[in-house]
Amino acid sequence: MNIVVTVKQTFDTEAKIVLDGKGNIDGSGVNLVINPYDEFAIEEALKLKEKFGGEITIVSVGGEAATKAIRTALAMGCDKAVRVDDPALADADEWAVAEILGKVVSKLPYDLILSGRIAVDDGSSQVAVRLADALGVPSVSSILKLDIEGTAATVTREIDGGTELIEVKLPALFTAQKGLNEPRLPSMKGIMGAKKKEIAVQSLADAGADPGAVAAKMIVPKLSLPNPRLAGKLIPGEAPDAARELAKLLREEAKVI
Amino acid sequence: MAKGIWIIAEQSKSEIRKVSLELLSRARQIADATGEPLVAVIPGYGVADLAGKAAPYGADKVILIDDERLAKYTTGAYTSALGKLIKKEEPRAVLMGNTAVGKDLAPRLAQRLGVGMASDCTGMETDAANFLSFRRPIYGGKAFAEVAAKSVPALATIRPNTFTLAEPDPSRKPEIVKAPADIDAADLRAVVKEVALAVSARPELIEADIIISGGRGMKGPENYKILEECADVIGAAVGASRAAVDAGWIDQKFQVGQTGKTVSPTLYIACGISGAIQHLAGMGSSKVIVAVNKDPEANIFAVADYGIVGDLFEVVPLLTEEFKKLAS
Repeated sequence: MNIVVTVKQTFDTEAKIVLDGKGNIDGSGVNLVINPYDEFAIEEALKLKEKFGGEITIVSVGGEAATKAIRTALAMGCDKAVRVDDPALADADEWAVAEILGKVVSKLPYDLILSGRIAVDDGSSQVAVRLADALGVPSVSSILKLDIEGTAATVTREIDGGTELIEVKLPALFTAQKGLNEPRLPSMKGIMGAKKKEIAVQSLADAGADPGAVAAKMIVPKLSLPNPRLAGKLIPGEAPDAARELAKLLREEAKVI
Repeated sequence: MAKGIWIIAEQSKSEIRKVSLELLSRARQIADATGEPLVAVIPGYGVADLAGKAAPYGADKVILIDDERLAKYTTGAYTSALGKLIKKEEPRAVLMGNTAVGKDLAPRLAQRLGVGMASDCTGMETDAANFLSFRRPIYGGKAFAEVAAKSVPALATIRPNTFTLAEPDPSRKPEIVKAPADIDAADLRAVVKEVALAVSARPELIEADIIISGGRGMKGPENYKILEECADVIGAAVGASRAAVDAGWIDQKFQVGQTGKTVSPTLYIACGISGAIQHLAGMGSSKVIVAVNKDPEANIFAVADYGIVGDLFEVVPLLTEEFKKLAS
């Protein structure tokens, strides 16, 4: 079974966000990690490889910095990687990234594509689902369980207020929700081995994508920071008095009860 | 020339979901300001009755796509049917709730239509430069992006509880039309075998007006009943911090934060939650925040509108009693 896993390098969720003089996110000094949801996708791919054999290819769109995330995935046990890097990608949006990934993945052998359900940086939750459409394969988002028999997959998907069980024919794409598995940590041997694994770096032309055809559909976003919330009232007194006062304030002042 | 604002209405238990009505309410204001017609599109099976439920919230027209193959949501069938209708009718904007369905459907539809999309928006405006522009949280709410599409239709999902529900106007009589579901066979490769909905009288976390959440200070799974009792008095949903989920005290579907659900209730009551940056990211857009925590130095007090420094096991049951008095 050949599996493709999409990976994105993101800020550590501990990171405090600051803007630079030009109003862009200032990444200096921020610890970069593999998108946490991508780790669930990688772990699931590794479990399937252990069961069925085959090869796992990581695909990523990103600059040199993304290499760290890709090396982590290779250290966990994935086999090889393709990273698309091109100056023309500076303003790429979700549409563009999905189109480019589509070009790359369509040239790889795959039975299954696994992705994180969301990236914790832009939080847009679009690229994986878009990639499935670019490839013309079915997709199921936010899965909690995956079973494969022959060319059919049975997945449990999280929905609002419950779950649903879905049967889908492979090849297909699934996005991983927290709860799908417990991602392993790379072993020392894995980390050493990862250094020898291939990361093919492709330009847009190498990937077979025409820069004009993948021009962004969204305007470049204007960023701002939220107004800091100000600390409100600490309600003094013994618990019974404080509880009574709080209920009163919620009713009469905040008008939310 | 593309025309009209479309709301893709979602249904739950034979009702239109609240988030869809919130979208109609806000889109009505924009429709009035721009002169664009407002259309509610209701895909599903046996949905004719729902047209009347969308009408009082401002739709000028309701399009029903009533087809057995749309009885249960699947990505493919819904993308196929809606994608073809959008290509044919050319609306100027297509909006849906940022729900389990919206999050899955909108990006697939966007790719199929070859357009951009704004996800999980918490604001929507119209101005001379852009027909619609959207405000959306990034980095889990630690920053905001103002975005707009160059492509048409403008496609976006909007976070539940972002817009205020309009006062329903029963005198509104929209035109109701039926559209056929044109679904490609290639889009029918996934089959829903079973839907398991949790039996709970409490509201869905992402749509709840009030949430009461417990963190590490809950000390164990058995103590969540204190929060549940309070929740049931005020009609709240119960949430949790990552610390409580990772400790195995409560299912991850209740997790609020950067790696859980992002919520914006009217009132968020944080009990025994220290206020890690990832948690604040997930609930920072709540209108009113209450914190109950033993530790006066806890981060959560820096964002709380009201705080009680105290033992949640003492304070929460007392609060429940006070809420009961208010309710009676």
